[in-house]
Amino acid sequence: MSPTVAVVGASLAGLSAARALRERSYDGRVVVVGDEVHAPYDRPPLSKDFLAGRASLDDIALGAPDDEDLALEWRLGTTAVGLDPAGRAVLLADGSEVRADGVVLATGARARRLPGSEGLAGVHVLRTLDDAVALQADLAGAGSLVVIGGGFIGAEVASTARGLGLDVTVVEALPVPLSGPLGEEMGAVVAGLHAAHGTRLLVGTGVAGLVGTGRVEAVELTDGTRLPADVVVVGIGAVPNTEWLAGSGLALGNGVLTDARGATGNPAVVAVGDCAATWSGAAERHVRTEHWTHALEQPATAVATLLGSTEPAPAPVPYFWSDQYGARIQFAGSRRTADVPRVVEGSTAEGSFLAVYERDGQPVAVLGVDQPRLFTRWRRQLRSAVPSPS
Amino acid sequence: MIPVCATTALPPGEAIRVEADEPIAVFNVDGEFLAIDDTCTHQDASLADGWLDGCAVECPLHASCFDLRTGKVSGPPAKTPVRTHRVVVQDGTVFVQPGIAAEGAA
Repeated sequence: MSPTVAVVGASLAGLSAARALRERSYDGRVVVVGDEVHAPYDRPPLSKDFLAGRASLDDIALGAPDDEDLALEWRLGTTAVGLDPAGRAVLLADGSEVRADGVVLATGARARRLPGSEGLAGVHVLRTLDDAVALQADLAGAGSLVVIGGGFIGAEVASTARGLGLDVTVVEALPVPLSGPLGEEMGAVVAGLHAAHGTRLLVGTGVAGLVGTGRVEAVELTDGTRLPADVVVVGIGAVPNTEWLAGSGLALGNGVLTDARGATGNPAVVAVGDCAATWSGAAERHVRTEHWTHALEQPATAVATLLGSTEPAPAPVPYFWSDQYGARIQFAGSRRTADVPRVVEGSTAEGSFLAVYERDGQPVAVLGVDQPRLFTRWRRQLRSAVPSPS
Repeated sequence: MIPVCATTALPPGEAIRVEADEPIAVFNVDGEFLAIDDTCTHQDASLADGWLDGCAVECPLHASCFDLRTGKVSGPPAKTPVRTHRVVVQDGTVFVQPGIAAEGAA
């Protein structure tokens, strides 16, 4: 058998891993297994331009013309169901297997579902292209949307649906949406976009259940309120796709546990992207990062590890963005609860501003809303401030 | 030729947006002036606001990377290259020639 690396997962992290293998001059077979039938596509537009009908499937395809040169072997529409403990074979749902000398785990995460919502028409999650197509079709004939979860996905769907003219309500269990990633003060500022654009935001409110037989009719809240809904979107986070690795001998926690360089306990196996919980020296724990930029960049490190490199892992500055109601929201850095944001440009009242989070007087993270140029400068500054790994 | 600015007004690592029929971004890469289309081919964003890293610029919004010499995409999600434009420095002033590809560009 010729040397083979199997990349399990065909989204951004998997594609980036495959590209990184070739950039590292790996000239064996590269087999990419994906459970979706679609060639790799970009997920961020699914809640924004694609859902709004402004971007086509062609527009969001990740493949570039140069990718032909990568000579990848695709196994799309095929779910991986097991990894041989020796790490030398990936077992597929159709009963076949891919024998490989190295395996890159890039199976990502799936949308968490609301218990009791199974089989009820009109209830959606948004993670995949198929999810987006189904939601788009349902929104087209709907008058009202209830979004459960005021995180980034929920907020972006709400924004898009408002743009399509729907009556939209967002229900958030926390007192302040986005307080996890942005902190309470800035979470409240960004969540203020909802009211400013005619979306109703209910906070500190749990969902008791969904009402309807066959098709959803309303969302019932824990305080007894019933919110009529033609369509419901559940945006309550994601769960790593790692169940298939039970029995593989790999250490699993909130994701496949790896060291800072993507290595698992098996030298023939690395894990990347949303399915990986990577050791962070700064946080002193394994961190599962769901950011797009992480899925783009981190596979280069893990692939180098798989190919035997021992070079130290870079310490990137985490970065993510969100587009809501025409506002461009960008965040970089590592924020802790006690870090205090300070607005250094613009004002939150005007809607365009830059806030720097400080710890012991030092900038550790930055949030920009409609401040791309200044944000980029701060992001660069944060990068240069990160000490090199020892 | 469109006058851009004095060479001293665009220090290394900086970029400036030039209004033309299609806006152009001019960069100073360690003393060398390079120009490409300012608008990212992925989504509407100004590359002059981007992150200059060596001879590549990263889009300020979604991190697409473009090679400033060739205009080629060096990082997704963009798939379509930007055009390059010839830059001329004369008497301490930077000029750009829209529509004329930089030498050495594909």
